[in-house]
Amino acid sequence: MASGLVRNGAKRFMSTAAAPASSVPAGARSGWWEAVQPAARDPILGVTEAFLADSDPKKVNVGVGAYRNDEGKPVVLECVRKAEQIIAGKQNMEYLPMGGLVKFNDLSVKLAYGDTAPVLEEKRVAAVQTLSGTGACRLFADFQKRFKPDSRIYIPVPTWANHHNIWRDARVEAHTFRYYKPSTRGLDFEGLMEDLKKAPEGSFVLLHACAHNPTGVDPTADQWKEMSQLFKSNGLFPFFDMAYQGFASGDTVRDAQAIRIFMEDGHQLACAQSFAKNMGLYGQRVGCLSVVCDNSQQAVNVKSQLQQIARPMYSNPPLHGAQIVTTVLSDPELKEQWYKEVKVMADRIIGMREALKSNLEKLGSSLPWKHITEQIGMFCYSGLTEDQVDRLTKEFHIYMTRNGRISMAGVTTGNVEYLANAIHEVTK
Amino acid sequence: MATSMALNEIAVSSASSVASKMSSKPAMKKFVGFHTVALSTKNASFPSVKCAAKVNMAVAVDVSRFENVSMAPPDPILGVSEAFKADTDATKLNLGVGAYRTEDLQPYVLKVVNKAEQLMLERGENKEYLPIEGLAAFNKATAELLLGADNPVIKNGQIATVQGLSGTGSLRLGAAFIARYFPGVKVLISSPTWGNHKNILSDAGVPWSEYRYFDPQTVGLDFKGMIEDIKAAPNGSVILLHGCAHNPTGIDPTPEQWEAIADVLEEKGHMPFFDVAYQGFASGSLDDDASSVRKFASRGFEMFVAQSYSKNLGLYAERIGAINVILPTADLAARVKSQLKRLARPMYSNPPVHGARIVANVVGDSVLFDEWRAEMQMMAGRIKGVRQKLYEALLSKDKSGKDWSFILKQIGMFSFTGLTKSQSDNMTDKWHVYMTKDGRISLAGLNLAKCDYLADAIIDSYYNVK
Repeated sequence: MASGLVRNGAKRFMSTAAAPASSVPAGARSGWWEAVQPAARDPILGVTEAFLADSDPKKVNVGVGAYRNDEGKPVVLECVRKAEQIIAGKQNMEYLPMGGLVKFNDLSVKLAYGDTAPVLEEKRVAAVQTLSGTGACRLFADFQKRFKPDSRIYIPVPTWANHHNIWRDARVEAHTFRYYKPSTRGLDFEGLMEDLKKAPEGSFVLLHACAHNPTGVDPTADQWKEMSQLFKSNGLFPFFDMAYQGFASGDTVRDAQAIRIFMEDGHQLACAQSFAKNMGLYGQRVGCLSVVCDNSQQAVNVKSQLQQIARPMYSNPPLHGAQIVTTVLSDPELKEQWYKEVKVMADRIIGMREALKSNLEKLGSSLPWKHITEQIGMFCYSGLTEDQVDRLTKEFHIYMTRNGRISMAGVTTGNVEYLANAIHEVTK
Repeated sequence: MATSMALNEIAVSSASSVASKMSSKPAMKKFVGFHTVALSTKNASFPSVKCAAKVNMAVAVDVSRFENVSMAPPDPILGVSEAFKADTDATKLNLGVGAYRTEDLQPYVLKVVNKAEQLMLERGENKEYLPIEGLAAFNKATAELLLGADNPVIKNGQIATVQGLSGTGSLRLGAAFIARYFPGVKVLISSPTWGNHKNILSDAGVPWSEYRYFDPQTVGLDFKGMIEDIKAAPNGSVILLHGCAHNPTGIDPTPEQWEAIADVLEEKGHMPFFDVAYQGFASGSLDDDASSVRKFASRGFEMFVAQSYSKNLGLYAERIGAINVILPTADLAARVKSQLKRLARPMYSNPPVHGARIVANVVGDSVLFDEWRAEMQMMAGRIKGVRQKLYEALLSKDKSGKDWSFILKQIGMFSFTGLTKSQSDNMTDKWHVYMTKDGRISLAGLNLAKCDYLADAIIDSYYNVK
């Protein structure tokens, strides 16, 4: 493939300071990198990059799903600051076990499944600390590939773009099922059930536990129950991605209801949890992957195998974020404070939804906008087309992902009118 | 990838009979119960199903899809610490995992790290996502530490640097890149090498083979074998090299040997992939420990370099490192960086911020930087000190004339004792000395007070166990 680097007589490109930056010695090996093209910008994180590069003072970032307060500033929760003070200087920096901080895992699964969930008391849950929700999904996808190599993953349309990357890089065969209905800007429940009925037994299905990303459209409790029955009768495996527990409705128990419904029906499900949004720990990369098993021995086995996958990826997960979560969740006062702070965030977003909708109606927009307040969580699936989104960016310096997803967390009382006006301009 | 998968499947299926014997439940049949429940229209509730679920839970959930998942073997390195913790004997000594210990055999958080964390706490920085490639200040600092700030590679932008999850994560990104862009290209790893190298390459789907490295006769470098094997590899292979303080042997090539290795790589069109986990920790000098990498860079090699701050800054738990790719042009560097990001995104999206900020703060402040250097010298110095004491203890107890000087010649945290697996087992079983089964001891876990004891254990194991 590559020819040898000519040694004698070749001018090395770094041998003199005067050598131009792009010189490559004559006869030097070439061909290693020809296939490397510049990668396209990540559709989500690339938006923030573009936003940061924009110098217009009116610019608005409703792209990435990171919470902002009403001043448009990132927020570090008070309970988190307190936790950091408590842990400061107290710990050593020794490697965590491959499966992460055990106490963190215990507290995480209690949050997801309920403090007194039978599966926890029976020690039937394999849980490992992960690199936030992404890492949890990836660990599970690799685990699925390793132990059920012929199985499929069913992914809703639309979904968080990175889900496809994750299962693709894990080399799992991916299929999709209908989820969002553009005509109603709501759930296409019939389409969902129809598509999942066709999934072969033993298929894995990716479900957003609450606050579906990017649409904000969640099934009702009855719809979840019906799905649960289908999964049982057709032998489908439920994999829940729960990135917004507490953040959607303001109530952590309510936001986990889908999981509780499936658990009551006896499913052995798996769940990816993230503390990026609900505890504002984005950059700390804290998450948990849990898998419900037959019995405690199997849970031990499954955990050991998950660790085997983690070891050649990152060896063991980072400590700091897990310590923060553990401190907050194990201290009753801090936990209470956290519940309050999560509710404040959720409520602010709900308030901004109402404000955006009423502003658009005030402007006399003829289009329906009730989906803005019907959808839940951080995101609003506006229904804007790619062209309209591009116009919003070019003409109004408003940044969002091209699927029309608006991160309501980036909307403030200061910019909601400007945003409504811009949306009205490009849609009228 | 296919091969490793097949192996995994074989392992699973052969273990499943064991697993089912271990399980206390009777063999499960399919959940026929639920097939008999009529599914009404979508608006009906399903109270009967709920009861059935509770009564027949064992049947209702069928058998877990993962029933055949067998218990994975304990990790050969991290598993050692777990076994050590479980041992109640007072004389126990943990020479397993490579984490630095003080003379009191306590974990050590560097003072500069405490100071940096305190600064960070006072500043009250936010916790926003880092970009996929990590903290810019960290990436700049780490590349400069590696090559020297005035290195033309850096000045010309010929390096792609992406923050990674310590050395492991950085190696994994490099391996994943190789699998995707150099399909079929083989990576050669030393025999022996850090146990996780094989796992990383296998899980990334990269074929690998070994080059001779350790010579049990001399307990030193098998230089001839190394060169032969690297020459025999197909042109354009990737050669994984330890920048300094080879793990597990502690045996590094001399400067002249490095030149000769570079000659062979050039001749064969091979690409070097350096694993630099101990820069500053090996000799106490950041620059000296980077000399092999810098030498290859100055000779014009395109190469991968994985870095870790676990040992030299004691940041083990915070998972901070970087994958660097040195390239002929800045344009290529930009392209490669963008593709590394595409590999990272579906693994963890963006790297953790805490460790990166600590490094950036330490390196970015000249006072802290100097303090860091001093602490590294202290750590490296303590290890050199225990090597010396261990060597003297061995010499005084073993009158056979065996040459134990390899203890002094080897560098870094680890010493490859040359003990076999059964001899290493004896170290653990009889002497409660925990080490890895390949004969590797971590001198970071040894103190002056225990050198005598260890010497006794080694001599007993070496001479009395076959």
